[in-house]
Amino acid sequence: MATSVNPSFLLEFLLRTGDNALILGHRVSQWCGHSPVLEEDIALANTALDLIGETQLWLGLAGEVEGKGRTADSLAYLRDAAEFRNVLLVERPNGDFGQTLMRQFLFDVWHFELLTALQESSNARIAEISAKVLKEVSYHLERSADLIIRLGDGSAESHRHMQSALDDLWAYTGELFLTDVGDDALAEAGIAPAPASLKPKWEATVSRVLGEATLRRPTDNYIHKGGKRGVHTEHLGYILAEMQFLQRAYPGAIW
Amino acid sequence: MYAQMVKTDSDRLKSLDEMTPEEREFQERIGRGEKIEPKEWMPEGYRKTLIRQIGQHAHSEIVGQLPEGNWITRAPTLERKAILLAKVQDEAGHGLYLYSAVETLGVSRDELLAMLHSGKMKYSSIFNYPTLNWADIGAVGWLVDGAAIMNQVQLQKTSYGPYSRAMIRICKEESFHQRQGYDIMMKMAFGNPAQKAMAQDALSRFWYPSLMMFGPSDKDSVHSAQSMAWKIKINTNDELRQKFVDQTVPQAKYLGLTIPDENLKWNEDKGGYDFSEPDWSEFFDVIAGNGPCNRERMNARVKAWEDGAWFRDGLVAHAEKTASRRAAAGIAAE
Repeated sequence: MATSVNPSFLLEFLLRTGDNALILGHRVSQWCGHSPVLEEDIALANTALDLIGETQLWLGLAGEVEGKGRTADSLAYLRDAAEFRNVLLVERPNGDFGQTLMRQFLFDVWHFELLTALQESSNARIAEISAKVLKEVSYHLERSADLIIRLGDGSAESHRHMQSALDDLWAYTGELFLTDVGDDALAEAGIAPAPASLKPKWEATVSRVLGEATLRRPTDNYIHKGGKRGVHTEHLGYILAEMQFLQRAYPGAIW
Repeated sequence: MYAQMVKTDSDRLKSLDEMTPEEREFQERIGRGEKIEPKEWMPEGYRKTLIRQIGQHAHSEIVGQLPEGNWITRAPTLERKAILLAKVQDEAGHGLYLYSAVETLGVSRDELLAMLHSGKMKYSSIFNYPTLNWADIGAVGWLVDGAAIMNQVQLQKTSYGPYSRAMIRICKEESFHQRQGYDIMMKMAFGNPAQKAMAQDALSRFWYPSLMMFGPSDKDSVHSAQSMAWKIKINTNDELRQKFVDQTVPQAKYLGLTIPDENLKWNEDKGGYDFSEPDWSEFFDVIAGNGPCNRERMNARVKAWEDGAWFRDGLVAHAEKTASRRAAAGIAAE
């Protein structure tokens, strides 16, 4: 049986998880038709599609938990930036293809560990969604880790691109493991793992892959944070302006 | 129709008597409805025409990602976004089957892309038009995919085996695309006044460019006659265009939208609609590079290719390193 927990903590967790998928899915979908090779166009569209599908599940459940009649769509399309709860990492601009791949890899390792742990959630709905999504995310991780290795240990130029992407993004990874009161309460209730508890496995996978890729792990441990509590970078506002345009311009229309 | 005005190198059709024994046997196989497979003998003109036709089709699929991709980030609901992503992913997949089919004719994908980027090879004129409102995404599925299906259904019976098999797979997905396009049109046409106006605007802008997709009349074209003799083209452009109009007019009527053609009228005698020809001078401008989006489309593709060079080279470098490490490990183990 699930231990009772303050529903606002649960809602916060579901928004964070759903918003991560939504915003990363949006970023990845921006590559459509513009990637370096046709196979990557297909793979990225597929990844974006998985993430949007995942968004529907988490935000749908968030709407139910909130109980105010909001749906996955109204949560995605009618909240402003300060109400979004995604980590800053996923709103980082696509940059060159190396930045996109590195962002995906650093996120995939965490996403994989999170969903693996969530399969054991005391909340049956969360466990069920996680099991479904984990199948797709296992593939995302396999693919991004493989590309990081091949490009890191590829040509001098591809190595340079990947190292520079890693250096740029590293300070945005720490936020994935920050814990607040709500996280503690959910961990206590066996609903979700404490974010910090995912770090050792994340570190192990990241170190192994970076090692094989001959990439140097940055030593600076500074953490850029804020997204989990609604304080974002300037980029999120533009993402939402674009994403929400039709819903905002034509309120109440059925599409 | 994603291949337009494909040349055959023929200036007239040869009769069976004029053919070499090989050509004659080849033509008889086509006549019996046999499929031609990659390693079998084929006339050079047949091979070259197929490279042009399938290559142009493949290029159209990948350039076609751009006008639809233009609305992925602005799709109005999560479901619409997911459907559009799935559709554009299918188009890229079609490009992949088709490039693979062309490669069986002895030309690499990289060579074909180089010809696309230099302007030596074309893609369908339709993708040089912009997608300006959300209903355009509906119109692209309904009209553009609808026009493409007209041609592709016939091409499932084409004489070249790999092309025919690619078409069978593609047709299954295209009919889903057309349905999703029409579904968007229904929501828009039956929606609020602003949505209905977008739907009408989309139909008004895409109608003639869709008719142009079939290419100008080819009833007197030697190239078309040769392609039809080879069964790499099954119907004339006019036949397909007529079929498309006959199918589409009632659908527009159901939506309550007006096709922008004052001459559109049912003709009892021919059992089809009379309709106005598109402005062919516009068509020739577009294929000469002066459509509204030609430069943007090509610049986007060339930029993607050039910016991605380090990525492709990096993967090749890794494969070479791995191979030489393996070889070295093999020697060490001996």
